[in-house]
Amino acid sequence: MAMGYSEKVMDHFQNPRNVGKMDDADGVGEVGNAKCGDIMKIYLKINDGIIEDVKFNTFGCASAIATRSMATELIKGKPVDEALALTNQAVVEALDGLPAVKIHCSVLAEEAIKAAIKDYYDKNGIAYDADLFKESGCEHCCHN
Amino acid sequence: MKVYADNAATTAISQHALAEMIKYYDGAYENASSLHTQGQAAADALENARTRIAACLHCDARGIYFTSGGSEADNQALIAAAHLGAKKGKRHLISTKIEHHAVLHTLDKLAKEGFEITLLDVSREGMITPEQVAEAIREDTALVSIMFANNEIGTIEPIKEIGQICRERKVIFHTDAVQAAGHVKIDIEDMCIDMLSASAHKFHGPKGTGFLYCKRGIYLEPLICGGAQERGKRAGTENLPAIMGMAAALEDACANLDAYTARVSVLRDKIIRELSKIPHAFLNGDPAQRLPNNVNMCFEGIEGESLLMMLDMFGISASSGSACTSGSLDPSHVLLAIGLPHEIAHGSLRITLSEYTTEEEADYIIEKVPGVVERLREMSPVWERMMQNQ
Repeated sequence: MAMGYSEKVMDHFQNPRNVGKMDDADGVGEVGNAKCGDIMKIYLKINDGIIEDVKFNTFGCASAIATRSMATELIKGKPVDEALALTNQAVVEALDGLPAVKIHCSVLAEEAIKAAIKDYYDKNGIAYDADLFKESGCEHCCHN
Repeated sequence: MKVYADNAATTAISQHALAEMIKYYDGAYENASSLHTQGQAAADALENARTRIAACLHCDARGIYFTSGGSEADNQALIAAAHLGAKKGKRHLISTKIEHHAVLHTLDKLAKEGFEITLLDVSREGMITPEQVAEAIREDTALVSIMFANNEIGTIEPIKEIGQICRERKVIFHTDAVQAAGHVKIDIEDMCIDMLSASAHKFHGPKGTGFLYCKRGIYLEPLICGGAQERGKRAGTENLPAIMGMAAALEDACANLDAYTARVSVLRDKIIRELSKIPHAFLNGDPAQRLPNNVNMCFEGIEGESLLMMLDMFGISASSGSACTSGSLDPSHVLLAIGLPHEIAHGSLRITLSEYTTEEEADYIIEKVPGVVERLREMSPVWERMMQNQ
């Protein structure tokens, strides 16, 4: 397989789930930057504490697209608390692994979800523990 | 359809080169250093290959040293010229920011030994001017090393003019011609080239073999010590089958050069013309002084690795200067040196053709790339912002 990607990665890259935008999103998160070659933007529709719908856009490599597709699948229909607990490792496992140099793509998927939930909390005046939303910055990118 | 469009990475071996190699693997396997008759036949074959390669490049055959490839040739040329200069108190080396890593990393190593390195800037087209070289040369300059043609963006440098300046100023001039040999006309004597590196697998020869040309009179320090092969400049039993394959491939490429250039540059220009119709797409490298087989374009708002992977799904093998394809954090140093911002450099696509590329294959690339670019842009927040800002 090209780049050493698993079949699941290739499937989610070729047929990404939940791609798109949302005009009436309850929470929007954007992480990463174009300089690094990786941006993830996510839109959440939340009702009664449940993520009813999720859409994402991404500027990034094949594993960036695949991890965002899988991450959005994993949180769709789930309570917000569960989405908050989603780790990048869970995304990687669900994709049957990623090449070591691509793990940072999954980190961005996790962080984008957290950023969107934070946005939802902020917009709705919901109190939260700020420690949950610490961004890791770009350190995880320095995989060399 | 399968389209191989990554010929700057490596080329398919020609049937002629392969047949030559098999001849020397299957029957004439003797060691060219042996004194018996059969060994001497191998030695004769080796000298015959050397003479034929020299004839292709118009140089003294005694200046051709067989190596394991372009990287070894680059390493040896730079290290030998630098150490030779140091003996005369010359510890300044000049090169460019767009060289292959075989040159840049060797220069890093020499910098650690105390050499002072000047890396010249290039123009937006990736061009060096002879005037830049003239201005950079100092009393203590030991070497000027400028690539003949760039492996990523295909720009062909003014080698003859630079060679003349170096000759006048009595500075050794090396050129990394790995991408140029067999693809453009090279005349070592006329171009005042003192040292030149080449690699067989870039011109339909075998991998793992190449050569360094070093003008007689320049002391070539060996990198590999041992036996007296290659007149003591490169120890190790010569890879005769590969060398014979290389000689056959280079001869064919040089004999066919005009027809190759005429045909492949038409395909190149057609791809450039058609892909330039994609909005916010542009060519990298010099439009005129360009390798006949090189297309390098940026498509704004998308990332190169996903572009490559989608093309791969359609059977198209190409390359990109995106960071994600190199496993490093930064996009290609060449694209950054020509002044592209990171986010645009990430969206580059390199398509490199060969004499085996057909018009149908070029048309297939032209048919598939626009749709892939559009699909990736549809899901790109960078593209969305670009469109909003218009």
